[in-house]
This record gives sequence, structure tokens and C-alpha cells, in this order.
Amino acid sequence: MDYMTLIQLLDSTVRLATPLLLACLAGLFSERAGIFDIGLDGKMLAAAFFSAAIAAISGSVWLGLLAGIAASLALSLLHGLASITFRGNQLISGVAINFLAAGLTVLIAQSWFQQGGRTPSLIGGARFNPITLPFADQIEPTPFIGPLYAELISGHSILVYMAFAAVPLTWWLLYRTRFGLRLRAVGENPAAVDTAGVSVIGLRYAAVCICGVLCGIAGAYLSTALQAGFIKDMSAGRGYIALAALIFAKWRPWYALWATLLFGLFGALETRPDVIEALIGIKVQGQLLGALPYVMTVIILAGFVGKAIPPRAGGEPYVKER
Amino acid sequence: MTDKTDMERQATAAPAIELKGISKAFGPVQANKDISIRVMPGTIHGIIGENGAGKSTLMSILYGFYKADKGEIFVGGKKTDIPDSQAAIAAGIGMVFQHFKLVENFTVLENIILGAEDGRLLKPSLAKARKSLLTLADDYGLKVDPDALIQDIGVGMQQRVEILKALYRQADILILDEPTGVLTPAEADQLFRILGRLKSEGKTIILITHKLREIMETTDTVSVMRRGEMTATVKTSETSPAALAELMVGRKVLLRVDKTPAQPGDVILDIEGLRVVDEKGVERLRGIDLQVRAGEILGVAGVAGNGQSELLEVLGGYRTGTGSVRVKGQALDLTGKHSDGQSRRQHGIAHVPEDRQREGLIMDYQAWENTAFGYHNDPAYRSGILMNNAAIKADTVEKMERFDVRPPNPKLEAKNFSGGNQQKIVLAREIERNPDLLLIGQPTRGVDIGAIEFIHQQIVALRDQGKAILLVSVELEEILALSDRVAVMFDGQVMGVRDASATDEKELGLMMAGITHAGEGT
Repeated sequence: MDYMTLIQLLDSTVRLATPLLLACLAGLFSERAGIFDIGLDGKMLAAAFFSAAIAAISGSVWLGLLAGIAASLALSLLHGLASITFRGNQLISGVAINFLAAGLTVLIAQSWFQQGGRTPSLIGGARFNPITLPFADQIEPTPFIGPLYAELISGHSILVYMAFAAVPLTWWLLYRTRFGLRLRAVGENPAAVDTAGVSVIGLRYAAVCICGVLCGIAGAYLSTALQAGFIKDMSAGRGYIALAALIFAKWRPWYALWATLLFGLFGALETRPDVIEALIGIKVQGQLLGALPYVMTVIILAGFVGKAIPPRAGGEPYVKER
Repeated sequence: MTDKTDMERQATAAPAIELKGISKAFGPVQANKDISIRVMPGTIHGIIGENGAGKSTLMSILYGFYKADKGEIFVGGKKTDIPDSQAAIAAGIGMVFQHFKLVENFTVLENIILGAEDGRLLKPSLAKARKSLLTLADDYGLKVDPDALIQDIGVGMQQRVEILKALYRQADILILDEPTGVLTPAEADQLFRILGRLKSEGKTIILITHKLREIMETTDTVSVMRRGEMTATVKTSETSPAALAELMVGRKVLLRVDKTPAQPGDVILDIEGLRVVDEKGVERLRGIDLQVRAGEILGVAGVAGNGQSELLEVLGGYRTGTGSVRVKGQALDLTGKHSDGQSRRQHGIAHVPEDRQREGLIMDYQAWENTAFGYHNDPAYRSGILMNNAAIKADTVEKMERFDVRPPNPKLEAKNFSGGNQQKIVLAREIERNPDLLLIGQPTRGVDIGAIEFIHQQIVALRDQGKAILLVSVELEEILALSDRVAVMFDGQVMGVRDASATDEKELGLMMAGITHAGEGT
């Protein structure tokens, strides 16, 4: 494998890891606050559709992004209403959101655009276009560093850079601020937060809302940056892979970055069977690579690679004790 | 209180806290009925009552967990509304709950500032808390390691963190709910010294407990609650344990268990070199040797978490171990496929587990269904391949009658019985099978005084029938009252075995803390 192939492979790793990373951080906020969210996939899907649809109609991708975030946020609030206010089962609520999003997006797409459940292809300002970082063109001819900078680091859409910037930001918020301390506490022992005079419900809603915003950006990325338009079920289970990455990352922001990059690499390899064949000499089925994130998650859960301890109060609605 | 100036101060000063006519109902249940109480500043006031008497409800109202239906709260003479915990903290009320409200994987410091941070960033808050923690440690003798994780420190320390949490929030009134339940006698003494110190610094303390001894030893005044009502408020120096017990239960109670000396027979249970390693690879039992004879009660004392639970679980057949356990000379299977409750019952072992709500009963099932558990293969309970539900129900009614279970309704779900009556259902199921060996853990945890008396009588009666009884309890008083011999466990080992008549709380307390007297062979 030559150097350019490697750069290309890593480049598509970054592209594929971006939605996973955003969704993984979304799940991190929610689950750290004690709200399990398997509805990440549904929220991404809804955001993907609405951002593509509004971008197609208005011609502005930024309006599209806002619409996507709004759609995802609405589903997040629904999840919050079911699992925080009404103390329902968080898994059931999440599954319901996934089904709701899968059905509604196609239905509305058909009714708005009559293109078989798609949105029109997005062009020009209705899409997030790659950004060329300063000096990319000048540096490109330099051996080794040139392609690395011009191909791998430069040339992504703004959302990619936002996703990567979200990692240190999440870390800082979680471990260096009052909000983070309370958020982590509410996922571990909500009674401690409650008796300290802080609203458990308020904190959990805040977490769920952050989750909604991040899922919204992830969804918008899918339909307006990675692809040019919405197609049916385009989230393709990425929400679940993000959850697997979250477990893999032991609910920590920096680990989440490495986990999603790793899973992104598997995704990139899936599209380049020739690279694998050249590397290990045997033909590997693409589907096998697609299953790898799940296989690795099972291995993690079985306790082979350290222990992944979820937030202690995760999944449990908070009821005041006497 | 004999000091004259003290009396004068009390007469003129506003009470630190005063409740007037507090009432609270949960549906048809009146948890608090027209409760009034005055607590003077700089005193320790005890509130004593049985489980379900309404003590916790009253304190929850005071801490803003519940809103009273009726009544007023005055703090320092001012009428105060306490709609939530934040308001309680602002009014200077701090609460140390029975189950600590700490975040296990946070440090002591993080737990202390949680909810009382200054500003949005943590760094300055942590620095400030670290400083004031040092001052508090000096002022009240409350030393803790601010950077230790909660999960790594003992319960005594954790409780200290809870007290510090309240003091850091400038609480003047400290409420402690059953604070000694998880402590060794030495730790409890230390706690009471701290409370004395806090009192001398002018803090007001409300101590909720069901232990008469603590009330007598530490409080200035005491209020007794029964069935949601405040039945009396008296000066501690002017009352006695017997009088308080009578006020709590509403009738005369026997505080001592009446029993004759044991007539020990053959060895029924013989444990040698029993070891248990838990799921995390920690050795929980490190070579236990114990014998229990027919017709005697062996009490196993110790602070919770020193291996007693694991001992019961291995003997009960739902945890694996290594070593040798013989019952009536027959070896028990400790690891293989005969290591389960069913085969233990065939060996003549009955088990009343420590946690009756999780291991002894299924709370959503009715009493008759719970009565059949473990004995569902009994031919009397079956007709062909089906269960004979009518027979089980009839049997349950009989058992309920003999064990005075109230209400005697076999179709009531287990969760709807009080703690004492739940325990009686479990006891009836296990004792009535005429076992050779009874394993019984925390027989009276969460059980009211009246039922404690009954349960203790049943255990002694079983002993007098010549059965062997292994009793595990964290209540030292209970161990001393019931046992013929006492074994003390510490850190997975037996520190020693004593004749109950030849030992006392002090010696056992030291052993529970891992200290044995030098020169005394065991």
C-alpha cells in the first residue's frame, strides 16, 4: 500500500468517523446524565431529512442545519418527556423514536417532493462544501507533509472540524465546570444531586437537549455534507454503532474520539476491499468488516479489554425516596 | 439542664426549630397527624419510634422532600416555607440520610461542593472547599482525606463526609436519620463525640433512631412517635428505656429475651477452612472454621460487609466456595450442581435470608405464592403435574394464623405487608418445615419492636426443640440477647468465638474492629 492510498484511506476514515463521533458525544451527554438513548439513530435520520429538505427548499444549508437540529431536538424532548417527566422505560422510548423517524421521514419526503422518499439532490449553497485550509495548495507539493495537510487535514466540511473540536470542549465541560460535575453526578447518584438542592429533572433535560443538538448536527452532516440529499434509512444504523463506540470508549470524550476513528476506519476499509487483499493476502467480505464494531463491543462488554462501567444510575427513572 | 442560666436562656431564646400541627397523608394513610415539636438551639433532640411511625416522613417534610398538608414550620422563630431541599439548605438545615447521598466515584471534595459550588468553573470552588475543610476539621475534629474517592473509604468516613457536606453549607440544624445502623460500636461512639462537639459549638441536632440506648446516652430531650402521632416529648434525664419502649409500642414490651441455658447436643453444622472469592477476585471468606450444635444458637456478629453475607450465601447454596462444610456429618457440595437451595433443603437446612425483600420474597407475588417458594415440589402442594393452589392457600392461612401475620390475607401481595409481617411470612415458611439447621440473617432488620419480640421468641423456641441455629446480625444487642455463643467476623475471618454469658459489648466491639486482646488464645 503506497502513501497516497493510506492518506485516502485515512481521509475517508475521518469523513465516516465524523457522524459517529457527533452521535457518540451526543450519547455521552445523555448517558452520563443517566438517560440511556438508543434513539440516536432515529434522531440522526430525522435531522438528515429535515436539513436536506429545508436546504433543498431554501437553498441555504445553514437553514437546513438549523432545521435538522430542531427536528432532532424535538425528538430528544419527546424522549425526555417519556423518560424523565413520565419516568417511562428509556429503551422503549428510544425504540419508538427510531421507528417514528424511519417512517415519518419517508412519508413526509414523499409528500413534499414525490421522488420516492428522497429529497432532490443538493447543489451549491444547499450543501456543506469542503473547506480548503490556508496554504493547503502551497504545501501540497512538499513530500510527506504536503498530502497529509492538503488531503487529510484540509478539505473537509466545516461540520467535520466542529465535530473534532467538540471532543476537547466536551471534556472541558464535563470535568472542569460546575455543569459537568452536576451532570456526572446525576448519572451516578441522582439522590445526591437532589438532596444538594439541584434539580435532577432540569439537569437531565439539559443533557438530553445537548444530545439532541449533537445528533442534529450528525444527521445534517449525513445528508448535506457526506451525501448530497436525503435517501431512505440513510443513517444506516450509525446511531447503534455510535452507542457501541460509547461503550468502547467507556463513556469518556477522548476515548470516544479514538473509538469512533477506529470504527470509521473499519467503514473506510469496507469500501476498499482491494487494500485489505493487498495487505493480508486474502479476500475479506465487506460485511464482515461492517460487523467488526459490534464484535468489538461484545468483546469489550465481556470484559476482555478492561472494564466498561456504565453510569450507575443509567436507565433508571429518578423517584424521590422517603 | 440543671444549670440555672441555661434554663433561663432556654426560656427566652426562640426555638431553633418548631413544628406546629404538621399533618401529611399519603392516600388513605395518615403518615403524620397534627405533630408539634420544639427544639431549642444547642441541644440534641431525639425522635424515636417504630418503623412506619412517621419519623422519616416528618423529616422529609422538614427537608423539603414532601409538602405538609397542614401545619407550619418555624426556623429560629421565623415562619419558613420549605418547598424543596434548596430552601431547607438556605434555612440552615442539613440532613444526614440513613442511606448516604454520595457519588461513589467522586472524591470527597467533589461530593462536598456538589450543589454548593461558587461560580461556573470548578477550580476556584475546589480550592475554597479544600481550605474550609481544613477549618472544619480543626473546629469539630472531623478529619477526612479530601482527595479520596468515596468508594475507597469506609462507611464511618462516608458519614463524616455527609456531616461535612451539611456544615460546608453552613447548617445550624443537623438532622441525622438512623446514623449508627452501619457503624461499629467504636465508630458510633466517635460519631456521638462529634455530635457532642457540634452541640457545644451551638449547633442543634435532631437524632432519629429506633435504638433506645442511643437516645438515653446522647439526647437532651426526646419525642416519641407512634402511628403518625407524637405521643410524648420528655426530658431524657426524666425517662427510662422501658418507659420509652412502652410509649413507642403502646403496651409493655419485654426488652430482654426470656430463655433458659442451652442444652447443646451433637454437632449439626461443621465448617472447616471455608473460603470464598467473589466476582471481582476479592477473597471474602478467608478460611472460616465454625461449629453449631443441636439446641444452640451461634450468633455471628460483625459490621456489615465483613463476610457474613457471603457465609450465609454459601451455606444457602447460592454462592460457590471451597473448603469443607458438613451437615449432620454429610458433606455439602460447594461448587457443583448440587450447590443450590433445593439440595440444601434436602440436607435439612432452612434459610431466612438477610434481604427478605430481594432473596426471601417476591414482592409482587401474593403471600400464598411466596409461601410455596422452594417447597413447590412438596407432594402436599401438588396434584399430578399441576400445583394444588387451594392446598397452598389453606396451608398459608394456617401459617399466617400461627405466626400472627397481619392482615391474615393470603391473597395480599408481599409488598403490602409491613416489614415485620413480611419477615413472619418468610419465617413461617422456613421454620414450619422442621429443619435441622436454620440459617437466619438480620432477623429483625426493619421490623418493629412488637414483632421483634415475637420473632425472637420463635427463634428461641426452635432452639429449645433441639435445632441448630446460625444467626447473623449486625445488631450487637440482638446477638447478645439471642446467642448462646458468639462468633465475631472481621475481614473474612472469625476473630474469635465467645460464650455469650462471658462476654460483653465492649469486647465484641473491639473484635468487630479487628482487635483481639493480646495474650488471650482463641
